[in-house]
Amino acid sequence: MIKVENLIKNFGPKIAVNDVSFSVERGEVLGFLGPNGAGKSTTMRMVTGFIPPTAGRISVGGHDILTNPIPAKRLIGYLPENAPSYADMTVQGFLRFTAEMRGITGDARKRAVNRAVELCMLENVLYQTIDTLSKGYRHRTCLAQSIIHDPDILIMDEPTDGLDPNQKHEVRNLIKRMGTNKAVIFSTHILEEVDAACSRVIIIDRGRIVANGTPDELRRRSHLAGAVSVVVSGVTAAELSEALSSIDLVVRVDTLSETPQQSVVRAHPDSPDQKPALVRAVMELVSQRHWQLEDLRTEEGHFDEVFRSITLPDTIKEARQ
Amino acid sequence: MSGGVITIVKRELAGYFVSPVAYVFLVIFLLLTGFFTFTVGNFFERGEASLVSFFTWHPWLYLFLVPAVGMRLWSEERRLGTLELLLTLPIATWQAIVGKFVASWLFLALALALTFPVIITVNWLGDPDNGVIASGYVGSVLLAGAYLAVSCMTSAMTRNQVISFILSVLILLFLILCGYNPVTDLLSQWASPQVVQVVASFSVMTHFDAFQRGIVDVRDVVFFASVIGLALFTTGVIIRGLRAG
Ligand SMILES: Nc1ncnc2c1ncn2[C@@H]1O[C@H](COP(=O)(O)OP(=O)(O)OP(=O)(O)O)[C@@H](O)[C@H]1O
Ligand SMILES: [Mg+2]
Repeated sequence: MIKVENLIKNFGPKIAVNDVSFSVERGEVLGFLGPNGAGKSTTMRMVTGFIPPTAGRISVGGHDILTNPIPAKRLIGYLPENAPSYADMTVQGFLRFTAEMRGITGDARKRAVNRAVELCMLENVLYQTIDTLSKGYRHRTCLAQSIIHDPDILIMDEPTDGLDPNQKHEVRNLIKRMGTNKAVIFSTHILEEVDAACSRVIIIDRGRIVANGTPDELRRRSHLAGAVSVVVSGVTAAELSEALSSIDLVVRVDTLSETPQQSVVRAHPDSPDQKPALVRAVMELVSQRHWQLEDLRTEEGHFDEVFRSITLPDTIKEARQ
Repeated sequence: MSGGVITIVKRELAGYFVSPVAYVFLVIFLLLTGFFTFTVGNFFERGEASLVSFFTWHPWLYLFLVPAVGMRLWSEERRLGTLELLLTLPIATWQAIVGKFVASWLFLALALALTFPVIITVNWLGDPDNGVIASGYVGSVLLAGAYLAVSCMTSAMTRNQVISFILSVLILLFLILCGYNPVTDLLSQWASPQVVQVVASFSVMTHFDAFQRGIVDVRDVVFFASVIGLALFTTGVIIRGLRAG
């Protein structure tokens, strides 16, 4: 539904988006991750037709966004960054306005507004002026605006920003549900959200795509992925480490903590796939030595760690220069 | 006009009346027109049944009142970030520009329409030529439209309403002064009459004059329509520039 090819955006001498290509099909939820200023919002603004690209092609539902913007925009529901809305309107007035702008009138408009209000839980503030709403409600009002026409394509820039934990949860579920029959792109700084809602993730750093894959694939890039931590009592950490190092699969051992009572040590396999084998080997070792095993934890790998390892080194290097 | 334009006109117009600012504006407008007509314009002392003293002051009155209406048109959209929302809706940019312009123009026309007691008064006191009065109103509406289009343009230039207001007043002042008699007299001391005439032909004063005397000249209508068209076109160019970054 969305096809982006070699997208470039320069602001004066600054390159905000540098040769970005991706595509999103119906039934997919694409998560955009990246440090501040990476170019996530700029990319979304180009896809929604708000700003023209310096170079590259964007096709939305088969329509080129530059040469044929109106049919393309009809397909899109868009929640811009910071969720702007007309402060002097009531929630209901605002939603009616956006419905009408999308050609929904009469009874259909009433149904569309009711549906969006229900999905975004705005019943209580329907007749309130937007500038008297709390930040979270303002955000949800703009979210409601983006789904009012039940669009085929949903583009959301930080949809859970400013929401309370319950609402975050609701919105993630909403995104997930929408993702079953729409093409969805959303950006976020909350890494768990990627797990909760995305079928695919793109990490952008300084205008470039630095990673693209399913949440699982990316997590496996973590150096923790597949590692096994054990808590054993009555053994020193040194002894435990040495024993674990002697397992063939293990490439590295870290001591996490040590008290006179117990030691906590983590063993890393060569590849995340070897995790089951490593667990078996560790269990065998423990029973051979008649150690008292208190706890055993396996690691799936952490997103934030992958995110940091991909985006941090360069950012820091740049800051130092 | 397409549905999108009408929806925008409705929203903008409704926007005027939810805030007290619109009512304050209408009251100020009526008080000032009254003040200029009856006090400064010597309506009664003239001893004639016409609205000359009423219309004469409109170019000056609008100089401040119209930018006050137009200054927020685009600067507010930029400040709130709703520009992004508006321009990603399935409408063309010109539709948004025209919709916002028409709504404010209708509001100004309403303000002007509320001056109807002055027509009643002059008809009650004497026997005026109501054709001349009608042409005066047509001219005044066109004048307000031209001023508004300029304010629309300056409001797209900045997200600060005050700057937009000042820019607009400066441009409009220029459009008044280049055809204002004291200025053209001064100018003709060191420029040839042809030059003075060309300069004056760019002035709203020159083109508003005939309307007050009851003459609706096509050339004057075309002048005001061109100012509106040009200013709105420039608004479109400015907005395109904003988006390109
Ligand atoms: N209108 C503009 N003019 C100049 N530079 C801009 C403009 N818009 C964005 N930029 C620059 O482009 C870069 C990318 O910005 P963008 O807003 O896309 O980042 P982002 O990934 O959304 O960041 P964040 O996580 O903070 O929202 C930034 O360096 C920003 O300063
Ligand atoms: Mg952003």
